[in-house]
Amino acid sequence: MFSILKQKVLNGGSPVMILGQTVQRIRPAVDAYRGYSSAAKEMTVREALNSALDEEMSADPKVFIMGEEVGEYQGAYKISKGLLEKYGPERVLDTPITEAGFTGIGVGAAYYGLKPVVEFMTFNFSMQAIDHIINSAAKSNYMSAGRISVPIVFRGPNGAAAGVGAQHSQCYAGWYASCPGLKVLTPYSSEDARGLLKAAIRDPDPVIFLENELLYGESFPVSAEVLDSSFCLPIGKAKIEREGKDVTITAFSKMVGLALKAAEILAKDGISAEIINLRSIRPLDRATINASVRKTNRLVTVEEGFPQHGVGAEICTSVIEESFGYLDAPVERIAGADVPMPYAANLERSAVPQIEDIVRAAKRACYRAVPMAAAS
Amino acid sequence: MATAFSSIGVIQNPHCESRSVPSRKLYSAVLGSTQKFRFNPPSRSISGCSETLGKPSPIYAISEVFKEKKRKSASSSSGLLITKEEGLEVYEDMVLGRCFEDMCAQMYYRGKMFGFVHLYNGQEAVSTGFIKLLKKEDCVVSTYRDHVHALSKGIPAREVMSELFGKTTGCCRGQGGSMHMFSKEHNLIGGFAFIGEGIPVATGAAFTSKYRREALNETDCDHVTLAFFGDGTCNNGQFYECLNMAALWKLPIVFVVENNLWAIGMSHLRSTSDPEIWKKGPAFGMPGVHVDGMDVLKVREVAKEAIGRARRGEGPTLVECETYRFRGHSLADPDELRDPAEKARYAARDPIATLKKYMIDNNLANEVEFKAIDKKIDEIVEDSVEFADGSPQPSRSQLLENVFADPKGFGIGPDGRYRCEDPKFTEGTAHV
Repeated sequence: MFSILKQKVLNGGSPVMILGQTVQRIRPAVDAYRGYSSAAKEMTVREALNSALDEEMSADPKVFIMGEEVGEYQGAYKISKGLLEKYGPERVLDTPITEAGFTGIGVGAAYYGLKPVVEFMTFNFSMQAIDHIINSAAKSNYMSAGRISVPIVFRGPNGAAAGVGAQHSQCYAGWYASCPGLKVLTPYSSEDARGLLKAAIRDPDPVIFLENELLYGESFPVSAEVLDSSFCLPIGKAKIEREGKDVTITAFSKMVGLALKAAEILAKDGISAEIINLRSIRPLDRATINASVRKTNRLVTVEEGFPQHGVGAEICTSVIEESFGYLDAPVERIAGADVPMPYAANLERSAVPQIEDIVRAAKRACYRAVPMAAAS
Repeated sequence: MATAFSSIGVIQNPHCESRSVPSRKLYSAVLGSTQKFRFNPPSRSISGCSETLGKPSPIYAISEVFKEKKRKSASSSSGLLITKEEGLEVYEDMVLGRCFEDMCAQMYYRGKMFGFVHLYNGQEAVSTGFIKLLKKEDCVVSTYRDHVHALSKGIPAREVMSELFGKTTGCCRGQGGSMHMFSKEHNLIGGFAFIGEGIPVATGAAFTSKYRREALNETDCDHVTLAFFGDGTCNNGQFYECLNMAALWKLPIVFVVENNLWAIGMSHLRSTSDPEIWKKGPAFGMPGVHVDGMDVLKVREVAKEAIGRARRGEGPTLVECETYRFRGHSLADPDELRDPAEKARYAARDPIATLKKYMIDNNLANEVEFKAIDKKIDEIVEDSVEFADGSPQPSRSQLLENVFADPKGFGIGPDGRYRCEDPKFTEGTAHV
């Protein structure tokens, strides 16, 4: 797969790399707070979301959850487990299968001051309700000149799962992020999930909270600060998951995990990659991205969704607009294949970015492209 | 033979009782469910709903119609509902559906199938009862629970199994999967993952049939469309929009509700204000029929009526089949919320066993013939697995194919070649 030609790397003419100093700051939060916590506690993303919902519901009686199978079934992906028993059917509502209907009901409740958390079983189903999300929720504050705000959260899994076919695998980050009036958040780790969901619920505007089904079961270490019930992350700030000097790789949601693994591989070749976990697609943290590109001079954007008009397109343009003089190489954009998601397992793998793709693009940006010797 | 109960009669009782005590726990023999539900009956008496409301589309209690036909028809002198050949054909189709789905479960747990797989065990009577009465040109639109609809419509088991394995010999070359079965040859147009999505598509297919007859003057075009969907779908807006238009334009469509009482873990009674779906038909001006979907003979009788109506141009029908799925919603569903007593009650009404008993009791066939059919089906299903196993995975080049019918974008000329390859293509364009 990577027939890495060590000679090429060493002769690649890169500036002097202090190889021993690959800065492994994958989880800086834990490093920083190691002083407080006795042992790094691990938490799955599922538990993080569940605890965030639980705490916000107990803190504010106006918060309620609505969606298909959120109550008795304990949540289609078990995110709302235990909440029905704790808060009762008035606050955890099992709805019939009417996305347009119950989204509209949620928006109406938000108009009158309640704080609904509307769950879509997957964001693909939000297309049935997209009229309410955009026209009733996103545009209302503007159309009413600030008189009607819509403190609603739309959450659910987004993007590809495993073998679920074309109608269940689309990534909606690009679509929702293009609409003014919405905030779009994409957590990666448990810390992101907790902090951003709490921020979203407290936020007075409509928030699209794009989770990822394949991340639900993954555990991440969390510090004591994250476990605190007033923990909140700011909306609109990206996080630098790993610092580097040679190339900036931006990613969100599941792709952050792949980017981090790609960074490990690149580090062995002497390329120090800076990985930015976007966390917030709208508003996009252009300041952090541009500052990073001004440091590294190269950009690779990674996303799972369709390439045209996607998140990567926006980031690349933003960097070209603001930091053109600092770029040493053309911007690289990695996205899913420009086809509806196929079902067959091998085709599905080819339709979604893999670690090798990120490594290849980063090397291209660093002028260290390797020929595709063995076709996988 | 299972007694044909008067569906109106049984529905009446729970309602009348519940009038004064809306939240009392009720056993509804028709709905077979042990869930309690709050039901606010309409203020007029239930017997009133058999009035025609001044419209020419009365509500049938299926038993009444069927008893009428029985009395009137002199042709079926034996008084039996089915002939031996038809009976064995129906039996074979149901057993194929059952065996295939059981094999799917095995293959899933062995990792050969992946993603979402929704099995149809227990509901075979509905698929067989309706689809076996169709012609090849008639259209079937289904949901994600579509393996057995595909098999009943005539798609070979090999192709369906290959599709489920994600192999290139599948009916959609491995690109669709369990939930997206399509066949142009057999007129199965999906296979939709979103519930309610297939209903407007089916209505469109029915519209095409009518259009061909009226606007294109193909006067012999009498194709009928069947739309299959579940009880959860009946709360979705698209369903009502299509009931309205189908009745308005008298489209040749039959809306078949496979009411298995559960939408994943949400009971039909918890999510629907008026759980009797057949009643929603007359609200739009079409007949609404309730039938016991665990008995293929009853389903066949209703289907004959409904399909006949559509073929004659009399318009749509809404048929609610009370049925049950023996397995969970999908193979990933732990199925913890359904009462085992309810499951046992329906398992006793297994459609295959019911048909077998009827045929044996009426001396239409004997055990030996049934065993022969069972064996034949086993072999077909085993063969389909071997075929699918041995088939190749799709090649990488298949990834980018078929996004468009005409990828170059300038159209395909009458000779079948891309217009933009025609040397005279740019003739006539102005040079600026």
